[in-house]
Amino acid sequence: MNEFLKKSEIKRLKNLTFLQRLYIPEILKGIRITLRQIFKPSFTIQYPEQKFIKPESFRGRPVLVEENGVERCVACGLCSRVCPALAIDVQSAETELEKERYPEIFEINMLRCIFCGFCEEVCPEEAIIMSSDYELSFTDYNSAIYGKDKLLVPIEKVQDRLDHLHRTR
Amino acid sequence: MHTASITIDGRKLLVDSKQTIIEAAASNGINVPHFCWHPKLSVSGNCRICLVEVEKMPKLVIACMTQVSDGMIINTTNDRVINAREAVMEFILLNHPLDCPICDEAGECKLQDYAFSHSSGFSRFNEDKVHKPKRVELGQHVMFDAERCILCSRCIRFCDEIAGKHQLQFVQRGDTTTIETFPGEKLDNPYSMNVVDICPVGALTNTDFRFKSRVWEMSFTNSVCTSCSRGCNIEVGVRNNEALRLAPRLNENVNSYWMCDNGRLNSFKNINSPSRINLSQIKIGNNYSDIIWEAAIQNIVDNLKVFKKNEVAFLLSSEATNEDNYIMFKFAKEAFSTENIYCYKHTEMNDEDDILIRGDKTPNSFGVETLGINSSKLQELIQKINSGEIKAIYSLEDSFQENEDLFNSFSQLKYFALHATNNSKFTTIANIVLSASTSFEKSGTIINFQGQIQRLIPSIATEEDERSLDGFELSRWDKFAAWNDKWGKGPKRNSRSSWKIVSEVANNFGIKLKFKSSEEVFLELTQKNSAFSGMTYLKLGSQGMKIKNKNINSEVKVS
Ligand code: SF4
Ligand code: SF4
Ligand code: SF4
Ligand code: SF4
Ligand code: FES
Repeated sequence: MNEFLKKSEIKRLKNLTFLQRLYIPEILKGIRITLRQIFKPSFTIQYPEQKFIKPESFRGRPVLVEENGVERCVACGLCSRVCPALAIDVQSAETELEKERYPEIFEINMLRCIFCGFCEEVCPEEAIIMSSDYELSFTDYNSAIYGKDKLLVPIEKVQDRLDHLHRTR
Repeated sequence: MHTASITIDGRKLLVDSKQTIIEAAASNGINVPHFCWHPKLSVSGNCRICLVEVEKMPKLVIACMTQVSDGMIINTTNDRVINAREAVMEFILLNHPLDCPICDEAGECKLQDYAFSHSSGFSRFNEDKVHKPKRVELGQHVMFDAERCILCSRCIRFCDEIAGKHQLQFVQRGDTTTIETFPGEKLDNPYSMNVVDICPVGALTNTDFRFKSRVWEMSFTNSVCTSCSRGCNIEVGVRNNEALRLAPRLNENVNSYWMCDNGRLNSFKNINSPSRINLSQIKIGNNYSDIIWEAAIQNIVDNLKVFKKNEVAFLLSSEATNEDNYIMFKFAKEAFSTENIYCYKHTEMNDEDDILIRGDKTPNSFGVETLGINSSKLQELIQKINSGEIKAIYSLEDSFQENEDLFNSFSQLKYFALHATNNSKFTTIANIVLSASTSFEKSGTIINFQGQIQRLIPSIATEEDERSLDGFELSRWDKFAAWNDKWGKGPKRNSRSSWKIVSEVANNFGIKLKFKSSEEVFLELTQKNSAFSGMTYLKLGSQGMKIKNKNINSEVKVS
């Protein structure tokens, strides 16, 4: 029993009507709603057989854009600096190409990444962008660290995202 | 001194009438933006960013060239000045490339900073920018990017006025002006890399450091260069527990704003070089094998006990700290009551100049002298070894610079225990090599040729240290990386400060040395030697102090 309030002190916010106090009509109302939903088209997607249609702005795992066989990235380190989860590790080095710098090592720890898209937003070269790929699974810690081999994606495959960025920026 | 009373931004100031406005402002904590002005170089007045308003003068004047005079009323922040500054920034940025992402200076760039603080943040320039050569090697250590250069002429003036070598000059005119070395010349003076530090933009870059790290990923530790007895004050840039870059740090008593290329490039390269000793090594037959600390220390104790007290000599080191030397000295005196304490000093007198570089290539020979030991007695040691009077040596870390006489005579020793950071000719004749910390891995003090005592502050962690727990300067990665992240987890060496190793040896000899830190050793030293009296690490601070008396040799008494 409540030791602080006496029963007479408990006030109901509003008094129920007789019908409501019977409960049965209310239960029937609920059943009616349920029955109505059964015959409506279903919301559930049968993943993984079925996949949902992603909106254009969907942020999947970050990838590096590969153009003419090399990464666009110049290893400026801004994505690494801005990443709130400290997921990105870049080691720059000199290249003979006109861009002078390139990432010798580029790693994203996908266990840390929170898919915020800050790296995409800060990149001065449009070199790192959010792909539509969200299906990630790892069996151990090291396989969750994606190196350049997993991150580089040819530009043709991510053209949609680049177009979206150009439209919305 | 004649004084002038002036008003800057409403503040009434009494200043030296020989000063320029920018100097007067700086000495009163008011910062007037500047690119071409440098406190140690002549005034050239070509960047115009320092324009300020002086009342009753019709036009704005440049603060770096205009001398103060009595009654001047100066405005550095009113609308007229700010407009002028924004206009100057717009001009400077007209042909400046959008290179920040690939520019090593980004993050410590004056132009970048001023673009935020003194620029309208918008460019009206729609034309093509002027293109100039990039990646021009001005000298072996300095790379030049002509597009980034804002033509401030600091580098030219540095070579002319400080390094004393006329090697750089402007060529061409107008927007095609650029910097070149004189025909047939290279930027190869021994101080050439200082131009990288004073270049306000990223036009001049350090070829040794280029692209290794962004500045915001490094931690910076104030320490001292150990390449010669000048002891230039430095700032050690560290990422992932690896030293990547040294830069000079202002100390008017020692090195001003500068340091030499050799110190900057080479003094930290031994830390991770292939010759670095990682764990103590013991000689078995003709081979060396790893040995754990306890066993290594016991080995020294057991072997030194075999000899008569006067058959053992001790070598202090001009490359070790005062703390290391003091403990070795104390051990030798207390356990062996011996006079056989020597030290070696490496000099290259033809490599000395009247700027910074000293012929004495050891950082602490002066410190050893405060213990009453100097290198002049070395010949005596060689004789004593050759005559069989001395049979064993226990030595602190020293490179001995491949000295043939020493090598030949040390080869005859029955027992040779050597502290070393790197393998050298001498580690091949030692019976036991103890893995010593480099000057970047240990705390201690050294005394330069002027008697300036300065602190070495560790910037690289050894296996005994944890960066985040043991008071190291921390980069962002050091602070936030978890145990399973790679950051901050660069190689660590299994080495110890020499004073720690010798203390252990002494303890096993029954001489109880219970120092917990180099600071405690130093405190005892200050009580034992009047040259250091009253000093503490805190008082030495980042600039060091002059020791009190140069000839205090006789006053050093242990226990
Ligand atoms: S921000 Fe872009 S260019 Fe810079 S390192 Fe990241 S991906 Fe590379
Ligand atoms: S999406 Fe966000 S969390 Fe993931 S790597 Fe980019 S910045 Fe870091
Ligand atoms: S010099 Fe400064 S402003 Fe110019 S590209 Fe380099 S960092 Fe950017
Ligand atoms: S290279 Fe640097 S220091 Fe030299 S003139 Fe150009 S901007 Fe100034
Ligand atoms: S700082 Fe005065 S003109 Fe450059």
